Amino acid sequence: MRTVTVLATGPQALVQDLGRPGNAHLGVPPSGALDVPALRLANRLVGNPESAAGIEALLGGLRLRADCSCVVAVTGPAVRVTVNGRGRDSHTPVHLADGDVLALGAPADGLRAYVSVDGGLDVPAELGSRSTDLLSGIGPAPMSAGDTLPLGDPTGQARGADQLGSRPVPDEIAVPVLLGPRDDWFDRAAEQLAAGTWLVSPESNRIGLRLTGPALLRAAEFDSAELPSEPVVTGAVQVPASGRPLIFLADHPTTGGYPVIGVLPAAALALLAQARPGTTVGFRPIG
Amino acid sequence: MRLRRCGTDAVLVEVDSLDQVDAVRAAVSSAAERGDLPGLVELVPAARTVLVALESESALARLRDILATADLHRPARREQREVRIPVRYDGPDLELAAETAGLSVADLVELHSGTEYTVAFTGFAPGFGYLVGLPKPLVQARLDHPRTAVPAGSVAIAGEFTGVYPRSSPGGWRLLGRTDLTLFDPHREPPALLVPGDRVRFEVVG
Repeated sequence: MRTVTVLATGPQALVQDLGRPGNAHLGVPPSGALDVPALRLANRLVGNPESAAGIEALLGGLRLRADCSCVVAVTGPAVRVTVNGRGRDSHTPVHLADGDVLALGAPADGLRAYVSVDGGLDVPAELGSRSTDLLSGIGPAPMSAGDTLPLGDPTGQARGADQLGSRPVPDEIAVPVLLGPRDDWFDRAAEQLAAGTWLVSPESNRIGLRLTGPALLRAAEFDSAELPSEPVVTGAVQVPASGRPLIFLADHPTTGGYPVIGVLPAAALALLAQARPGTTVGFRPIG
Repeated sequence: MRLRRCGTDAVLVEVDSLDQVDAVRAAVSSAAERGDLPGLVELVPAARTVLVALESESALARLRDILATADLHRPARREQREVRIPVRYDGPDLELAAETAGLSVADLVELHSGTEYTVAFTGFAPGFGYLVGLPKPLVQARLDHPRTAVPAGSVAIAGEFTGVYPRSSPGGWRLLGRTDLTLFDPHREPPALLVPGDRVRFEVVG
Protein backbone atom coordinates (compact mmCIF):
# COMPACT_ATOMS: atom_id res chain seq x y z
CA MET A 1 0.00 0.00 0.00
CA ARG A 2 1.28 3.50 -0.82
CA THR A 3 1.59 5.64 2.29
CA VAL A 4 3.14 8.77 3.72
CA THR A 5 4.20 9.08 7.37
CA VAL A 6 3.69 12.17 9.50
CA LEU A 7 6.97 13.09 11.25
CA ALA A 8 5.73 16.37 12.76
CA THR A 9 2.37 18.13 12.67
CA GLY A 10 3.09 21.74 13.61
CA PRO A 11 0.27 23.35 15.65
CA GLN A 12 -2.45 21.35 13.88
CA ALA A 13 -2.65 19.08 10.86
CA LEU A 14 -6.00 17.69 9.71
CA VAL A 15 -7.36 15.54 6.92
CA GLN A 16 -9.74 17.70 4.87
CA ASP A 17 -11.67 17.27 1.65
CA LEU A 18 -14.77 19.14 0.53
CA GLY A 19 -16.72 18.01 3.59
CA ARG A 20 -20.08 16.33 4.13
CA PRO A 21 -22.80 18.85 3.29
CA GLY A 22 -26.32 17.38 3.19
CA ASN A 23 -26.31 16.01 6.74
CA ALA A 24 -27.33 19.11 8.70
CA HIS A 25 -30.77 17.58 9.36
CA LEU A 26 -28.94 14.91 11.39
CA GLY A 27 -27.09 17.56 13.38
CA VAL A 28 -23.87 16.96 11.41
CA PRO A 29 -21.77 20.02 10.39
CA PRO A 30 -20.55 20.31 6.79
CA SER A 31 -16.83 20.44 7.75
CA GLY A 32 -14.26 20.34 4.92
CA ALA A 33 -11.29 22.55 3.97
CA LEU A 34 -11.66 26.17 5.10
CA ASP A 35 -9.75 27.56 2.11
CA VAL A 36 -11.57 25.53 -0.54
CA PRO A 37 -9.85 27.05 -3.63
CA ALA A 38 -6.43 26.23 -2.12
CA LEU A 39 -7.33 22.55 -1.59
CA ARG A 40 -8.86 22.30 -5.07
CA LEU A 41 -5.71 23.78 -6.61
CA ALA A 42 -3.40 21.46 -4.66
CA ASN A 43 -5.43 18.50 -5.93
CA ARG A 44 -5.37 19.69 -9.55
CA LEU A 45 -1.61 20.18 -9.39
CA VAL A 46 -1.00 16.54 -8.44
CA GLY A 47 -3.61 15.18 -10.86
CA ASN A 48 -6.31 14.38 -8.28
CA PRO A 49 -10.02 15.08 -8.52
CA GLU A 50 -10.56 18.42 -6.76
CA SER A 51 -12.57 16.65 -4.07
CA ALA A 52 -9.73 14.38 -2.92
CA ALA A 53 -8.61 14.53 0.72
CA GLY A 54 -5.42 16.41 1.55
CA ILE A 55 -3.79 17.92 4.61
CA GLU A 56 -4.81 21.25 6.13
CA ALA A 57 -1.74 22.42 8.05
CA LEU A 58 -2.07 25.32 10.47
CA LEU A 59 0.94 27.66 10.71
CA GLY A 60 3.50 25.34 9.14
CA GLY A 61 5.76 22.90 10.97
CA LEU A 62 4.40 19.89 9.07
CA ARG A 63 6.94 17.22 8.11
CA LEU A 64 5.97 14.24 5.96
CA ARG A 65 8.02 11.28 4.83
CA ALA A 66 7.14 9.60 1.57
CA ASP A 67 7.04 5.80 1.92
CA CYS A 68 6.77 5.44 -1.85
CA SER A 69 7.38 7.47 -4.97
CA CYS A 70 4.67 10.15 -5.04
CA VAL A 71 3.83 13.67 -6.19
CA VAL A 72 2.85 16.39 -3.73
CA ALA A 73 1.81 20.03 -4.02
CA VAL A 74 1.64 22.71 -1.33
CA THR A 75 -0.82 25.60 -1.71
CA GLY A 76 -2.24 28.40 0.42
CA PRO A 77 -0.22 31.40 1.63
CA ALA A 78 3.47 31.74 0.68
CA VAL A 79 5.43 29.20 2.71
CA ARG A 80 8.93 27.78 2.65
CA VAL A 81 8.86 24.22 1.32
CA THR A 82 11.84 21.89 1.56
CA VAL A 83 12.58 18.34 0.47
CA ASN A 84 15.38 16.74 2.46
CA GLY A 85 16.30 20.27 3.57
CA ARG A 86 16.61 21.73 0.05
CA GLY A 87 14.25 24.54 -0.93
CA ARG A 88 11.45 23.78 -3.40
CA ASP A 89 8.53 25.78 -4.76
CA SER A 90 5.02 25.80 -3.40
CA HIS A 91 2.08 25.88 -5.85
CA THR A 92 3.70 23.40 -8.19
CA PRO A 93 3.93 19.59 -8.32
CA VAL A 94 6.95 18.21 -6.48
CA HIS A 95 8.12 14.62 -6.88
CA LEU A 96 9.13 12.74 -3.75
CA ALA A 97 11.16 9.52 -3.89
CA ASP A 98 10.68 6.79 -1.29
CA GLY A 99 12.18 8.15 1.95
CA ASP A 100 12.18 11.83 0.99
CA VAL A 101 11.03 14.25 3.68
CA LEU A 102 8.79 17.20 2.82
CA ALA A 103 8.77 20.06 5.34
CA LEU A 104 6.74 23.25 5.58
CA GLY A 105 8.11 26.36 7.25
CA ALA A 106 5.87 28.89 8.98
CA PRO A 107 3.96 31.06 6.50
CA ALA A 108 4.87 34.76 6.43
CA ASP A 109 1.20 35.63 6.41
CA GLY A 110 -2.03 33.65 6.46
CA LEU A 111 -2.76 30.54 8.50
CA ARG A 112 -3.45 27.38 6.55
CA ALA A 113 -1.42 25.51 3.94
CA TYR A 114 -2.83 22.59 1.95
CA VAL A 115 -0.81 19.55 0.94
CA SER A 116 -2.17 17.14 -1.64
CA VAL A 117 -0.54 13.84 -2.55
CA ASP A 118 -1.31 12.02 -5.79
CA GLY A 119 -4.04 9.47 -5.15
CA GLY A 120 -5.34 11.50 -2.21
CA LEU A 121 -5.38 10.48 1.45
CA ASP A 122 -7.36 7.25 1.58
CA VAL A 123 -8.46 7.21 5.23
CA PRO A 124 -11.98 5.78 5.79
CA ALA A 125 -14.81 8.14 4.85
CA GLU A 126 -17.58 8.92 7.35
CA LEU A 127 -20.89 10.19 5.95
CA GLY A 128 -19.26 10.52 2.55
CA SER A 129 -16.24 12.55 3.63
CA ARG A 130 -12.78 12.02 5.10
CA SER A 131 -12.74 15.45 6.78
CA THR A 132 -11.99 15.88 10.46
CA ASP A 133 -14.86 17.70 12.14
CA LEU A 134 -13.52 19.36 15.27
CA LEU A 135 -16.99 20.22 16.62
CA SER A 136 -18.60 16.79 16.62
CA GLY A 137 -15.60 14.49 16.42
CA ILE A 138 -16.61 12.85 13.13
CA GLY A 139 -13.76 11.81 10.83
CA PRO A 140 -10.15 10.97 11.66
CA ALA A 141 -8.52 12.40 14.80
CA PRO A 142 -6.14 15.33 14.26
CA MET A 143 -2.82 14.01 12.98
CA SER A 144 -0.03 13.02 15.36
CA ALA A 145 3.63 12.42 14.69
CA GLY A 146 4.07 8.79 13.67
CA ASP A 147 0.71 8.48 11.89
CA THR A 148 0.84 6.60 8.62
CA LEU A 149 -1.61 7.89 6.02
CA PRO A 150 -2.74 5.53 3.26
CA LEU A 151 -2.86 6.92 -0.29
CA GLY A 152 -5.34 6.07 -3.00
CA ASP A 153 -4.36 5.05 -6.51
CA PRO A 154 -3.30 8.02 -8.65
CA THR A 155 -5.98 8.73 -11.23
CA GLY A 156 -4.50 11.54 -13.29
CA GLN A 157 -1.30 13.19 -14.43
CA ALA A 158 0.38 15.77 -12.23
CA ARG A 159 0.57 19.06 -14.06
CA GLY A 160 1.81 22.55 -13.41
CA ALA A 161 -0.25 24.12 -16.16
CA ASP A 162 -2.75 25.99 -14.02
CA GLN A 163 -0.34 26.89 -11.27
CA LEU A 164 -0.91 30.23 -9.64
CA GLY A 165 1.48 31.73 -7.15
CA SER A 166 0.41 32.43 -3.62
CA ARG A 167 -1.50 35.62 -3.05
CA PRO A 168 -0.51 37.79 -0.11
CA VAL A 169 -3.06 37.76 2.73
CA PRO A 170 -3.96 41.37 3.53
CA ASP A 171 -4.12 42.52 7.15
CA GLU A 172 -7.33 44.41 6.40
CA ILE A 173 -10.18 42.50 4.81
CA ALA A 174 -13.52 43.85 3.60
CA VAL A 175 -16.11 41.20 2.85
CA PRO A 176 -19.54 41.49 1.24
CA VAL A 177 -22.43 40.33 3.41
CA LEU A 178 -25.95 39.58 2.20
CA LEU A 179 -28.37 40.84 4.81
CA GLY A 180 -30.72 38.30 6.38
CA PRO A 181 -32.23 36.10 7.59
CA ARG A 182 -32.61 38.23 10.77
CA ASP A 183 -31.35 41.69 9.81
CA ASP A 184 -34.74 43.04 10.91
CA TRP A 185 -33.78 42.19 14.50
CA PHE A 186 -31.16 44.96 14.36
CA ASP A 187 -31.36 48.70 14.41
CA ARG A 188 -30.41 49.84 10.87
CA ALA A 189 -28.45 46.61 10.22
CA ALA A 190 -26.72 47.75 7.02
CA GLU A 191 -25.55 51.04 8.53
CA GLN A 192 -24.17 49.39 11.65
CA LEU A 193 -22.31 46.76 9.63
CA ALA A 194 -20.88 49.29 7.18
CA ALA A 195 -19.79 51.72 9.89
CA GLY A 196 -17.83 49.34 12.12
CA THR A 197 -14.52 47.56 11.85
CA TRP A 198 -13.67 44.48 13.85
CA LEU A 199 -10.56 42.47 14.70
CA VAL A 200 -10.18 38.70 14.36
CA SER A 201 -9.98 37.28 17.89
CA PRO A 202 -7.39 34.66 18.88
CA GLU A 203 -10.33 32.50 20.04
CA SER A 204 -11.23 31.84 16.40
CA ASN A 205 -11.09 28.28 15.09
CA ARG A 206 -12.61 26.03 12.42
CA ILE A 207 -16.01 26.39 14.08
CA GLY A 208 -16.14 30.14 13.81
CA LEU A 209 -14.25 33.37 13.40
CA ARG A 210 -14.83 35.46 16.52
CA LEU A 211 -14.58 39.21 16.14
CA THR A 212 -13.87 41.91 18.70
CA GLY A 213 -15.03 45.48 18.24
CA PRO A 214 -18.30 47.35 18.37
CA ALA A 215 -21.43 45.55 19.55
CA LEU A 216 -24.25 45.37 16.99
CA LEU A 217 -27.38 46.80 18.58
CA ARG A 218 -30.80 45.27 18.24
CA ALA A 219 -33.92 47.12 17.17
CA ALA A 220 -36.02 48.20 20.15
CA GLU A 221 -38.79 45.65 19.53
CA PHE A 222 -36.29 42.76 19.55
CA ASP A 223 -34.25 44.07 22.46
CA SER A 224 -34.90 41.14 24.77
CA ALA A 225 -36.48 38.76 22.25
CA GLU A 226 -35.57 35.05 22.41
CA LEU A 227 -35.04 33.20 19.15
CA PRO A 228 -36.10 29.54 18.99
CA SER A 229 -33.04 27.64 17.71
CA GLU A 230 -32.90 27.73 13.94
CA PRO A 231 -30.65 26.24 11.25
CA VAL A 232 -27.46 28.12 10.45
CA VAL A 233 -25.42 28.05 7.22
CA THR A 234 -21.65 28.34 6.72
CA GLY A 235 -20.73 32.02 6.42
CA ALA A 236 -23.55 33.15 8.71
CA VAL A 237 -22.75 36.24 10.78
CA GLN A 238 -24.38 35.41 14.09
CA VAL A 239 -24.77 38.05 16.78
CA PRO A 240 -24.72 36.55 20.28
CA ALA A 241 -25.83 38.37 23.44
CA SER A 242 -22.55 40.33 23.57
CA GLY A 243 -23.36 41.94 20.20
CA ARG A 244 -19.92 40.99 18.82
CA PRO A 245 -20.38 39.12 15.56
CA LEU A 246 -19.24 35.55 15.00
CA ILE A 247 -18.76 34.17 11.47
CA PHE A 248 -19.65 30.48 11.17
CA LEU A 249 -16.98 28.38 9.42
CA ALA A 250 -17.06 24.77 8.18
CA ASP A 251 -17.27 22.97 11.55
CA HIS A 252 -20.15 25.17 12.79
CA PRO A 253 -23.08 23.80 14.81
CA THR A 254 -26.07 23.11 12.56
CA THR A 255 -28.45 25.24 14.63
CA GLY A 256 -28.12 28.33 16.78
CA GLY A 257 -30.25 30.36 19.14
CA TYR A 258 -28.99 33.85 18.26
CA PRO A 259 -30.04 35.96 15.27
CA VAL A 260 -27.99 35.89 12.05
CA ILE A 261 -27.73 39.41 10.66
CA GLY A 262 -26.25 38.39 7.30
CA VAL A 263 -24.43 35.67 5.36
CA LEU A 264 -21.07 35.90 3.58
CA PRO A 265 -20.72 34.45 0.08
CA ALA A 266 -18.51 31.34 -0.16
CA ALA A 267 -15.76 33.26 -1.98
CA ALA A 268 -15.22 35.52 1.04
CA LEU A 269 -14.73 32.54 3.35
CA ALA A 270 -11.52 31.40 1.63
CA LEU A 271 -9.91 34.74 2.48
CA LEU A 272 -11.17 34.65 6.07
CA ALA A 273 -9.78 31.10 6.43
CA GLN A 274 -6.36 32.75 6.20
CA ALA A 275 -7.10 35.72 8.50
CA ARG A 276 -4.78 35.72 11.48
CA PRO A 277 -5.85 37.03 14.87
CA GLY A 278 -5.57 40.81 14.77
CA THR A 279 -6.66 41.07 11.12
CA THR A 280 -9.11 43.93 10.57
CA VAL A 281 -12.48 42.85 9.14
CA GLY A 282 -15.02 45.21 7.59
CA PHE A 283 -18.38 44.40 6.03
CA ARG A 284 -19.92 45.64 2.78
CA PRO A 285 -23.64 44.98 3.32
CA ILE A 286 -25.79 44.04 0.34
CA GLY A 287 -29.50 44.62 0.91
CA MET B 1 -45.26 31.65 5.99
CA ARG B 2 -42.33 33.99 5.60
CA LEU B 3 -39.23 33.47 3.48
CA ARG B 4 -36.02 34.90 4.87
CA ARG B 5 -32.93 35.08 2.68
CA CYS B 6 -29.97 33.11 3.95
CA GLY B 7 -27.04 33.92 1.67
CA THR B 8 -27.08 33.53 -2.10
CA ASP B 9 -28.52 30.03 -2.36
CA ALA B 10 -30.54 29.27 0.77
CA VAL B 11 -33.80 30.34 2.33
CA LEU B 12 -35.08 30.13 5.88
CA VAL B 13 -38.80 29.39 5.80
CA GLU B 14 -40.46 30.75 8.92
CA VAL B 15 -43.83 29.39 10.07
CA ASP B 16 -45.97 29.47 13.20
CA SER B 17 -45.84 25.97 14.64
CA LEU B 18 -44.03 22.64 14.67
CA ASP B 19 -46.88 21.16 12.60
CA GLN B 20 -46.28 23.75 9.90
CA VAL B 21 -42.53 23.05 10.07
CA ASP B 22 -43.35 19.41 9.39
CA ALA B 23 -45.64 20.36 6.51
CA VAL B 24 -42.97 22.53 4.87
CA ARG B 25 -40.32 19.85 5.32
CA ALA B 26 -42.61 17.18 3.87
CA ALA B 27 -43.60 19.37 0.90
CA VAL B 28 -39.99 20.18 -0.02
CA SER B 29 -38.83 16.63 0.60
CA SER B 30 -41.49 15.07 -1.62
CA ALA B 31 -40.88 17.66 -4.36
CA ALA B 32 -37.20 16.69 -4.31
CA GLU B 33 -38.06 12.98 -4.36
CA ARG B 34 -40.32 13.57 -7.38
CA GLY B 35 -37.43 15.34 -9.12
CA ASP B 36 -39.19 18.71 -9.00
CA LEU B 37 -36.42 20.42 -7.04
CA PRO B 38 -33.03 19.53 -8.50
CA GLY B 39 -29.96 20.55 -6.53
CA LEU B 40 -31.38 20.34 -3.00
CA VAL B 41 -28.33 20.35 -0.67
CA GLU B 42 -29.80 20.73 2.82
CA LEU B 43 -33.34 20.47 4.20
CA VAL B 44 -33.17 21.24 7.90
CA PRO B 45 -36.25 21.59 10.09
CA ALA B 46 -36.06 23.39 13.45
CA ALA B 47 -38.62 24.65 15.97
CA ARG B 48 -40.26 27.37 13.84
CA THR B 49 -38.12 27.39 10.70
CA VAL B 50 -36.96 25.15 7.86
CA LEU B 51 -33.69 25.80 6.06
CA VAL B 52 -33.66 24.93 2.38
CA ALA B 53 -30.19 25.17 0.82
CA LEU B 54 -29.77 24.68 -2.92
CA GLU B 55 -26.82 24.11 -5.23
CA SER B 56 -27.42 27.37 -7.00
CA GLU B 57 -29.49 30.50 -6.84
CA SER B 58 -31.41 29.47 -9.97
CA ALA B 59 -33.42 26.80 -8.09
CA LEU B 60 -34.83 29.40 -5.67
CA ALA B 61 -37.68 30.31 -8.03
CA ARG B 62 -38.65 26.63 -8.18
CA LEU B 63 -38.62 26.47 -4.41
CA ARG B 64 -40.89 29.50 -4.16
CA ASP B 65 -43.44 27.75 -6.42
CA ILE B 66 -43.32 24.61 -4.30
CA LEU B 67 -43.83 26.57 -1.09
CA ALA B 68 -46.63 28.64 -2.60
CA THR B 69 -48.69 25.50 -3.25
CA ALA B 70 -47.83 23.72 0.04
CA ASP B 71 -50.83 23.27 2.31
CA LEU B 72 -49.59 24.05 5.82
CA HIS B 73 -52.81 22.91 7.46
CA ARG B 74 -52.92 19.45 5.92
CA PRO B 75 -49.40 18.05 6.05
CA ALA B 76 -48.58 15.77 3.13
CA ARG B 77 -48.08 12.59 5.11
CA ARG B 78 -45.30 10.65 3.49
CA GLU B 79 -44.26 7.20 4.49
CA GLN B 80 -42.91 7.37 8.01
CA ARG B 81 -40.48 5.03 9.60
CA GLU B 82 -41.35 3.66 13.01
CA VAL B 83 -38.51 3.32 15.49
CA ARG B 84 -38.78 1.43 18.77
CA ILE B 85 -36.36 2.27 21.56
CA PRO B 86 -36.04 -0.13 24.51
CA VAL B 87 -35.59 1.81 27.75
CA ARG B 88 -34.68 0.88 31.33
CA TYR B 89 -36.62 3.45 33.30
CA ASP B 90 -34.13 3.95 36.14
CA GLY B 91 -33.03 7.56 35.54
CA PRO B 92 -31.91 9.82 38.39
CA ASP B 93 -34.74 12.32 37.76
CA LEU B 94 -37.55 9.75 37.54
CA GLU B 95 -38.98 10.59 40.98
CA LEU B 96 -38.64 14.34 40.45
CA ALA B 97 -40.48 14.05 37.13
CA ALA B 98 -43.21 11.88 38.69
CA GLU B 99 -43.66 14.32 41.57
CA THR B 100 -43.83 17.29 39.17
CA ALA B 101 -46.40 15.45 37.07
CA GLY B 102 -48.43 14.46 40.15
CA LEU B 103 -48.11 10.80 39.22
CA SER B 104 -46.62 7.66 40.68
CA VAL B 105 -43.36 6.54 39.09
CA ALA B 106 -45.17 3.57 37.55
CA ASP B 107 -47.82 5.82 36.00
CA LEU B 108 -45.18 8.20 34.69
CA VAL B 109 -43.32 5.33 33.01
CA GLU B 110 -46.58 4.09 31.53
CA LEU B 111 -47.39 7.56 30.21
CA HIS B 112 -43.97 8.18 28.66
CA SER B 113 -43.74 4.71 27.10
CA GLY B 114 -47.39 4.60 26.07
CA THR B 115 -47.17 7.59 23.77
CA GLU B 116 -46.11 7.84 20.13
CA TYR B 117 -43.69 10.65 19.37
CA THR B 118 -42.45 12.27 16.18
CA VAL B 119 -38.91 13.49 15.47
CA ALA B 120 -39.45 17.19 14.85
CA PHE B 121 -35.84 18.14 14.21
CA THR B 122 -32.28 17.44 15.34
CA GLY B 123 -29.58 19.64 16.76
CA PHE B 124 -27.21 20.04 19.68
CA ALA B 125 -25.16 17.01 18.58
CA PRO B 126 -25.18 14.57 15.66
CA GLY B 127 -28.17 12.27 16.04
CA PHE B 128 -29.87 14.21 18.85
CA GLY B 129 -33.55 14.25 17.87
CA TYR B 130 -36.10 16.58 19.42
CA LEU B 131 -39.23 14.40 19.78
CA VAL B 132 -42.66 15.99 20.07
CA GLY B 133 -45.96 14.56 21.23
CA LEU B 134 -45.15 14.64 24.94
CA PRO B 135 -48.27 14.30 27.16
CA LYS B 136 -49.03 17.50 29.11
CA PRO B 137 -47.94 16.25 32.58
CA LEU B 138 -44.50 15.46 31.14
CA VAL B 139 -43.96 18.97 29.78
CA GLN B 140 -41.54 20.05 32.50
CA ALA B 141 -38.81 22.61 33.04
CA ARG B 142 -35.14 21.87 32.59
CA LEU B 143 -33.06 21.20 35.69
CA ASP B 144 -31.99 24.29 37.62
CA HIS B 145 -28.44 22.97 37.60
CA PRO B 146 -27.48 21.19 34.37
CA ARG B 147 -25.24 18.15 34.70
CA THR B 148 -21.70 18.44 33.38
CA ALA B 149 -21.92 14.90 31.98
CA VAL B 150 -25.04 13.05 30.95
CA PRO B 151 -24.34 9.41 29.99
CA ALA B 152 -24.84 8.36 26.37
CA GLY B 153 -28.23 6.72 25.79
CA SER B 154 -29.99 8.75 28.49
CA VAL B 155 -33.71 9.16 27.75
CA ALA B 156 -34.85 12.57 28.94
CA ILE B 157 -37.52 15.27 28.87
CA ALA B 158 -37.36 19.09 28.73
CA GLY B 159 -40.07 21.57 27.81
CA GLU B 160 -42.25 20.17 25.01
CA PHE B 161 -39.60 17.64 23.97
CA THR B 162 -38.33 14.20 24.82
CA GLY B 163 -35.11 12.78 23.42
CA VAL B 164 -32.08 10.53 23.80
CA TYR B 165 -28.51 11.76 24.33
CA PRO B 166 -26.43 10.16 21.52
CA ARG B 167 -23.19 10.51 23.46
CA SER B 168 -21.96 11.71 26.82
CA SER B 169 -22.33 15.46 27.01
CA PRO B 170 -23.36 18.23 29.40
CA GLY B 171 -27.12 18.57 29.68
CA GLY B 172 -30.02 20.01 31.64
CA TRP B 173 -32.83 17.66 30.63
CA ARG B 174 -34.58 15.49 33.21
CA LEU B 175 -33.27 11.92 32.90
CA LEU B 176 -35.92 9.17 32.98
CA GLY B 177 -33.88 6.17 31.87
CA ARG B 178 -31.36 4.69 29.47
CA THR B 179 -31.27 2.77 26.25
CA ASP B 180 -28.48 0.55 24.92
CA LEU B 181 -29.20 1.52 21.31
CA THR B 182 -26.56 3.54 19.50
CA LEU B 183 -28.23 6.75 18.38
CA PHE B 184 -25.45 7.87 16.06
CA ASP B 185 -22.58 5.98 14.45
CA PRO B 186 -20.81 7.58 11.49
CA HIS B 187 -19.68 4.13 10.32
CA ARG B 188 -23.24 2.80 10.15
CA GLU B 189 -25.65 3.20 7.25
CA PRO B 190 -27.79 5.11 8.02
CA PRO B 191 -25.64 6.77 10.70
CA ALA B 192 -28.51 8.35 12.65
CA LEU B 193 -31.18 6.19 14.31
CA LEU B 194 -33.62 9.11 14.32
CA VAL B 195 -34.41 11.32 11.34
CA PRO B 196 -36.93 14.20 11.22
CA GLY B 197 -40.39 12.77 10.50
CA ASP B 198 -39.75 9.38 12.14
CA ARG B 199 -42.34 8.07 14.58
CA VAL B 200 -40.85 6.82 17.85
CA ARG B 201 -42.04 4.61 20.69
CA PHE B 202 -40.20 3.82 23.90
CA GLU B 203 -40.53 0.26 25.23
CA VAL B 204 -40.09 -0.65 28.87
CA VAL B 205 -37.35 -3.26 29.51
CA GLY B 206 -35.65 -4.66 32.60
